[in-house]
Parts: sequence; C-alpha cells; structure tokens
Amino acid sequence: MNLRLDRSLLHRFGILLVLLAVGLGLSLATESFLTVSNLTNVARQVSINGILAVGVTFVLLTGGVDLSLGSVVALSGVVCATFAHPAADGHPLFLPIAAGLLTGAACGLLNGGLVTKGKVAPFIVTLGMMTVARGLALIVSGGRPVADMSERLTALAGDVGGVPIPLLFFVTVAVAAWIFLRRFRLGRHVYAVGGNEQAARAAGISVARVKLFVYVLCGLMAGLAGVVLAARITTGQPNAGVAYELDAIAAVVIGGTSLSGGIGSVAGTVLGVILIGVINNGLDLMSVSSYYQQVVKGVIIVGAVWLDRRQARG
Amino acid sequence: MLSLTGISKSFGGLPVLQDVSLAINAGEVHALMGENGAGKSTLMKVVAGLHAPDGGAMRLKDAPYAPASPHAALLAGVAMIHQELMPIPDMTVGENILLGAEPCGPLGLVDRAAVRARARALLAELDCDLSPDVPMRTLSVGQTQVVEIAKALGREADVLLMDEPTAALSDHEASALFRAVARLRAKGVAVVYTTHKMDEVFRLADRITVLRDGRHVITAKAGELDQERLIAHMVGRPMSEIFPPRGKVSPEVVLEVSRLSREGRFKDVSFQIRKGEVLGLAGLMGAGRTEVASAVAGLEPAEAGEMRLHGRPFRPRDPGEAITAGVAMVTEDRKGQGIVPALPIRENITLSALGTLCNAGVIDHAAEAEAARSGMRDFSVRATGPEQPVGQLSGGNQQKVLLARALLNRPEVVVLDEPTRGIDVGAKAEIYALIRRLTDDGRAVLLVSSELPEVIALSHRLLVLRQGKVAAELDAATATQEEVLRHAMPL
Repeated sequence: MNLRLDRSLLHRFGILLVLLAVGLGLSLATESFLTVSNLTNVARQVSINGILAVGVTFVLLTGGVDLSLGSVVALSGVVCATFAHPAADGHPLFLPIAAGLLTGAACGLLNGGLVTKGKVAPFIVTLGMMTVARGLALIVSGGRPVADMSERLTALAGDVGGVPIPLLFFVTVAVAAWIFLRRFRLGRHVYAVGGNEQAARAAGISVARVKLFVYVLCGLMAGLAGVVLAARITTGQPNAGVAYELDAIAAVVIGGTSLSGGIGSVAGTVLGVILIGVINNGLDLMSVSSYYQQVVKGVIIVGAVWLDRRQARG
Repeated sequence: MLSLTGISKSFGGLPVLQDVSLAINAGEVHALMGENGAGKSTLMKVVAGLHAPDGGAMRLKDAPYAPASPHAALLAGVAMIHQELMPIPDMTVGENILLGAEPCGPLGLVDRAAVRARARALLAELDCDLSPDVPMRTLSVGQTQVVEIAKALGREADVLLMDEPTAALSDHEASALFRAVARLRAKGVAVVYTTHKMDEVFRLADRITVLRDGRHVITAKAGELDQERLIAHMVGRPMSEIFPPRGKVSPEVVLEVSRLSREGRFKDVSFQIRKGEVLGLAGLMGAGRTEVASAVAGLEPAEAGEMRLHGRPFRPRDPGEAITAGVAMVTEDRKGQGIVPALPIRENITLSALGTLCNAGVIDHAAEAEAARSGMRDFSVRATGPEQPVGQLSGGNQQKVLLARALLNRPEVVVLDEPTRGIDVGAKAEIYALIRRLTDDGRAVLLVSSELPEVIALSHRLLVLRQGKVAAELDAATATQEEVLRHAMPL
C-alpha cells in the first residue's frame, strides 16, 4: 500500500546512486577528479546554481515558475557592485550586500504581486521580468561591467579555512530552507498550495500570501546569487547569468520536484545541483568540448525526468 | 449481446475479480451494484479494453471478443463513459461529439457543416436540444454527460458502459439522462451502468447484478429485488438501520442568517440553526444550495444580507475568517477543493488547524501527530497509517479525513455539502453516525444533499430552495420526498 512512499525513497536513492556512479566513474577515468582541489572547485562552481535552485524550489512547489532568475542575478550584481567602490570603503560591507539582496527581493515582490494580485500566469510575469531586469542591469551599468569593487566584498568569493565562502552560503541557505519547509507552518502551506490550491484556500490558507512569499524568497536568493557572482568575477556584469534560471530549474526537477507543484524537497534539489555540477566538472576534466557538454547535459535532464515518470507509472 | 465467462483479474497479486460470469442482453439496462472495491469499475474496464483479464473469455454478438485497447473495443461496438468525464472544454459541443471521427472533405479538412449537422442529429436522438456550437465549458455536468452519450452513440456502440453517470447530477438532470438511456434501450443498445443511488436503480434498470469482493453474487430482474434485499446482497449482511434516529435539539440559536443574497445565485435566504440541530438544504442542482453553503463558510461571500453567530455579526470574507469564527465546511468537491492528494493523512487533517499546533510558526510535530492520530481514530479512517498519501485512500476514507480536518478546530457550525457523494453504503452509514455524534456534541449542522431519503432522514428541518429562493421550510419528521420535490420543481 505504501508504494508511493517507497518509490519516492527509491527516487531519492536513485539520484544518489546515479551521483555515486558518476563520481566513481570519474574517479576511475581521471586522476584529477577525486582531489581536494578539484572537489573544492566543484563546490565553488555549484554554489551559485545551488542558491538559485533552493529559491526556485519554493516557487516550483507552489506550481509556479520563475524565469527571471538569471536577469535578476545580473541586476543584483550590478547594483551591488555600484555600491562597492573602494572609495566607499569606509562604509560597512553591509551596504552593497543589502543593496544586492533588496534588488533581488524587489524583483520577486513585483513578480509575486503580479501573479497574485494581477492574476497573470507566472510564466508570463517572470518572462517579462527576465527582460525588464536585464534591461535595468544594462541601464544601471551603462552597458559596461561595473569594475573597481572593494576587496572586502570580493573576498566573499574566497575561502575560510579552505572552505569556499560561496559554499557556506549555499549550505546555510539549503539547511535553512530544508528546516523551513519541514518544520514551519508557512512551509507546509507551500506544499498545500502546490498540491491543491482550491483545497488550500478552502482550508483557510491565504493562497496569495503564500505565493507572494515564495516569489519574494526566490528573488532574494537571486539577489544573494548576484552578490556572490559579482564578488567572484570582481565586477558587476550586466550580461552575466544568462540562462541561469534553466540550470536551477533543471537541478530542482532532477531532484524530484514536480513541475505541477506539491511534491519535492530541498534535499532532492541539493542532490540535483551536485549532480549537474559533477557532470559539468567531469566533462571538463575529460576535455569534452563545451559544445558536446551542452548536448550531454540536455540528455541527462530529460533522461532523469523520464526515468522518474517511468517509476511513477510503475 | 455480450457474455462474460469466468472473468478473473488481479492487481499486484490482489484478486479484484474472481470467476465472474454474466450475460448482457440487447436492449436492456443492466445495473452493476456493489460497494466500492467490489470490482464494478474493473469489470467495466475489462469489457472496455482498458484492462486485459487474467482468465476467462468474452463473446460479443456471438463472436469471441478480446479487445486489446479501448480503441479496439470502440471499433467492435463497445463504448465506455468514465466516472470522471473527459471533455475538451474549449471545443464546441459538436467538435467534442465527433472528436476522432470528424467527417472530412477531400483534402482532409474537417467539414464543419457536417460536424454540426451530425452532432445535432445525435443530440436529437437523445431528445436534447443543445446547440452543437456552444463551447463545452459552458455546460453543466448533466449536459456534459448527455454529450458524452451522444458521442458514444455516434460511434454506433452496441454496448454502452457508464461508470457512476449520475454521481454528480441532481434529480432533475438525472431524469434527462434517464430519458436518453431509455432512447438507447429502445434502439436495442445494451446499457451497463454502476451507481450508488438505490432509488434510481429501481427506476431505470431492467436487471441488476450484484458484485461483492470481486465475485458475482446475484443477477435478478429489478422487480424481483427491493432496496433492503439489494443492500443485504451488497454488504453481505442485512442492514436493518442505515439512518440513526435524530438527536435532541437545544433551543439556543447558533447561526442566524437573514436575507442573504448573491446576484444570480440566491436571494433573500433566511434561516436559523440551533445547537444540536441538522438543517437540511434540499433542492435541484442549480437551486443555489452549494452557493448558500459556500457563503456561510466564506468560500464565496454573500453580497447582501447578514449573518449572526451566537448573536455576534458574522461576515466571513474568506474561508480562513469563517474557520477562525467557528464555521467549518466539508466541500462537495472532494478532489477539487478538499484533499491535497500528495500530502499524507496527517498533514491533510491538520491543514486548517496548524495555527493551534504551532509555536511562533514552528510546527509542534508531537502535537500534530497526536491530533492526526486522534482524528483518524475518531473518524475511523482506514489506512496503512497517518503517513499514507490521501490520494491513495478510497472516497469514503478521504471524506472522513476531510471531516476530521473540519472538526479539528472544534467549530460551532459544520457545513456539509454532499457528504456521502460517491462513497459506498458502509461508509455512508458511518458518516451518518458521525453527523449524529456532531449534533450530540452540541454543534449545529447545515447539510446539503441531493439524495432525498438522506437529507430527509438526517435533518430536523428542511429548507427547500428553488431557483435561489427559499420555496418552503418543512419539518423533516413529517416531510415526504414527493413534498420536497413539489417545492423544489421550478414553477
């Protein structure tokens, strides 16, 4: 009778097994994969996608979607960099970070507001935001990279005790999100709204509030990713982050979250993020051309979801 | 016309049908009866080519019949109308009727005029004057049902299978459906159908077959059975008492509704419900019963009029406010507005009451688990455990989960909209007993039901709605079905 539950476990083990198999294969195929420096490198690379994926997990759980992530990352990065000139070094680190985060959250608020109050489909709203945020990033930066960032900020992309700081952000965000979805009332409401919106309303849940929350949170995560990215590339790049939303959504879906909402977990998303990161890294190590890498990645995304559906059908 | 011999079918080692033999004649209406899980739907799906039987043989029109798919069954002359209708809402009635069999011109272009003419002819055969050009989405469930029948008719089906065709229909709409079925019978079509509605079987069916636990129990002419014996065959034991006696009503008024109105839905509806009382809302589909119930529960707020709860003004703008004030509703639309299928029973039960199970927004898991456990116990929810996803439960058990959810906040007023729709006799009896327990606890119950025997037997008083207005208020102890219907029929 507990078939569905067992399958979801199987599914979770399924990605874990795929991840271990890929890891084992790469360890055997290349000498450099299983080294501290390479794994640290992978961790650094997946962090930004990880932060975005955690954010968009919330949106996908409610049955929505956020296509504006990549553009919001660029806009937040540009805004952050604008406030991070060394001339302003007397200012606390706080200001550029806050500016970046707020920019992301504001975009999310606009997305959420249009989805809930305006009753426009999330696909359309966030598609619009994708273009608007990209345009704003170009306007704010004058179309050029915003360079000359304070070293105190770019240090955010560095290490503490050998651990990349972006990884710490990712882990913190993931753990917090995991606890939130499992333990908090609002977290439960996210699942209920995605599982059956009408039923959630009839049960007394404010569906609009829940949706607004997930879009703001997702925007906030995009803001954080923008700050981290700006620190890493030491500039605010108005053209950065193109198609980041697709990588994030792919990771969430590989992690078992249903695009129609209501089913999924942050743990699955984290595994999906790592799997994509490891595969990218492995293909790099094996010197596979970046053209082929894209093909391989696409096949894996569709393949993972196809396997998932086959399992679901039994 | 159609004969089944020794049909067996198992799912995952669990036998669902065992050695079922049955003969269906041309031009007869044959009712398949049985509790949920008795194997009615599975048997129909075997005949319709959706499931291949594990054992046994079928013959159709004196030829061996073993459809490999629903499409093959359709070509052989067997059509099925599923419980959950599958119309394409944005296509017209005509396009839906001829879906997959569109008359085409020389270039493969659809001949729209022919579609329209053919659809109109098919609808006329069913005594239905619906225009083929209206979009499907504007139709009522009953009209959709008739369109589905026209579709089957268009395929020149010899055998028509209908799974619970009247589950969502009012008596009035069901009558239109019955007329269509009578037409089919006259044309020599064999109609096989399932239903949970006792009174309707005796109105419609020529012969009745009862299945129990996947086995054939009896096939008899409808005239040879009565309701009591039919139920006894279905449940395997005589059910001397389905309805519990009415409880005692206290004089204290809990909910007072006066001149409640909503444009185009209902107008000037007034009533009171006392502590321990069941007020039944009767009427035809579209009379505004669900709408009035929804207004009381804040789902679709009224536009005018006022409500008082224990004398205090009560004007909920959404379900959340109503629940906080002490009014909870169990919806008629269990799948659409009730359960969250992917979530476990525990989370479904506590969904409305999480606020009371939280500290600063953090769910107290121990308290939640206890609330879910006692909810499952009090409402005898049968499941593998509180973590089983609600989507896997039977309709009756899903309904009990929703009742548990509604009652967890200890509401003063419980609004029940069609609480026994689509669930089997055994589960119905349990729900009836639960309603009695609610009133014994001093709650006030507003009960909407399309099943007249049910609403009459459970209520203390009846409010009959007709076209959105109160047509009569009756003492349920003395009211008869005929009396209720007379008030409910449009003038």
